[in-house]
Amino acid sequence: MVTTTPLEEQLLELAGSVPDPELPVLTLRELGVVRAVRAHGTDSVEVDLTPTYTGCPAVEVMSLDIERVLREHGVREVTVRTVLAPAWSTDDITDEGRRKLREFGIAPPRTGATRGPVRVELGPTRREGGAADGTREPVRCPHCGSPETELLSRFSSTACKALRRCLTCREPFDHFKEL
Amino acid sequence: MTTTPAADTVPTAAALALGDDALVLSHRLGEWAGHAPVLEEEVALANIALDLLGQARVLLSMAGDEDELAFLREERAFRNLQLVEQPNGDFAHTIARQLYFSVYQHLLHDRLASGDGPFAPLAGKAVKEAAYHRDHAEQWTLRLGDGTDESHARMQRAVDALWRFTGEMFQPVEGIDGIDWPGLESAWREAVEDVLGRATLTVPEGPRSGAWRAGAGRQGLHTEPFGRMLAEMQHLHRSHPGATW
Repeated sequence: MVTTTPLEEQLLELAGSVPDPELPVLTLRELGVVRAVRAHGTDSVEVDLTPTYTGCPAVEVMSLDIERVLREHGVREVTVRTVLAPAWSTDDITDEGRRKLREFGIAPPRTGATRGPVRVELGPTRREGGAADGTREPVRCPHCGSPETELLSRFSSTACKALRRCLTCREPFDHFKEL
Repeated sequence: MTTTPAADTVPTAAALALGDDALVLSHRLGEWAGHAPVLEEEVALANIALDLLGQARVLLSMAGDEDELAFLREERAFRNLQLVEQPNGDFAHTIARQLYFSVYQHLLHDRLASGDGPFAPLAGKAVKEAAYHRDHAEQWTLRLGDGTDESHARMQRAVDALWRFTGEMFQPVEGIDGIDWPGLESAWREAVEDVLGRATLTVPEGPRSGAWRAGAGRQGLHTEPFGRMLAEMQHLHRSHPGATW
């Protein structure tokens, strides 16, 4: 295991400060997608970035934004590598990131979602957010906090979100679904 | 851009087989854009297509230049299953194709992810995406099968029509090691029969391979609609080499 130098920590902080292109309230650090930064001398830096979904089109914009920010801070050569393993999980989103998502009107993913393959239960679409066996907390409405919400569609405006509606305040909302 | 194992350790034929499955099905699902029955479904099919396209890019990049492989190969050089190239048909046909393929892909990637082969990193991500695709297909199979007389009849027609393309999925793929193919097949049958049963549909009884046995799509032998699909998919790139946007 290579130890991280103070310079690398500083560069990691910089790369992580880049806002997510789709959800600009979140930084890449809060989203948990910047894995590591390696400095080769002072001029050349390699950044490991992991995609949320394999086909996430935001990855290319993220790479360009990281390159730009590091160049602005004097790094001459920036290489952003996409790494797949270990696979990104919504558990990698920080607590601060979850709070910001909720404030932005997006229900954050529930934690502990990704032990092994996602097991999604079958059943009627109109149901509370919790699993049938009652082990999962419900998905709460980000507007009024009600646990009474229903699933409208498993796929929403981006691959990482599902569309739900609050049964209490009737507002539809996006849920960052567990992965 | 994506990190991949050194070229000499990648089983190219296997990367093409899995990559072509994802690419071709992604294109077929993309054909629904603007035509899906409801807006939510439009978005769902596009999102599934996008996941598959992402998987295809990683896999084809393991085998060579992704653009050249996608846009400049002739039909006989594609190694995808005949199942994924089948036309969308009505919505029931699309869902039956999704059910058969997503259960297979979910089970296969689950096994690949737990190994240490060259496909494990991708499979670790793809298995989570495939779980959502599988859930989507299962929900719709239940809703259509156990729905109206019309939706039931259409769903039954669709699962019957595509049944003969399902045997090919369990032909061992050269370069994918450590998979118990007969075990994969029985797990697939069990899962699919369970869903069909709950959807009040009859499990098809016909043969599970067509007249062209011998691996079919995995050997580069494709069905007639595939050529037309490729013509549309490759036309822009071939007419305007190197075009960007």
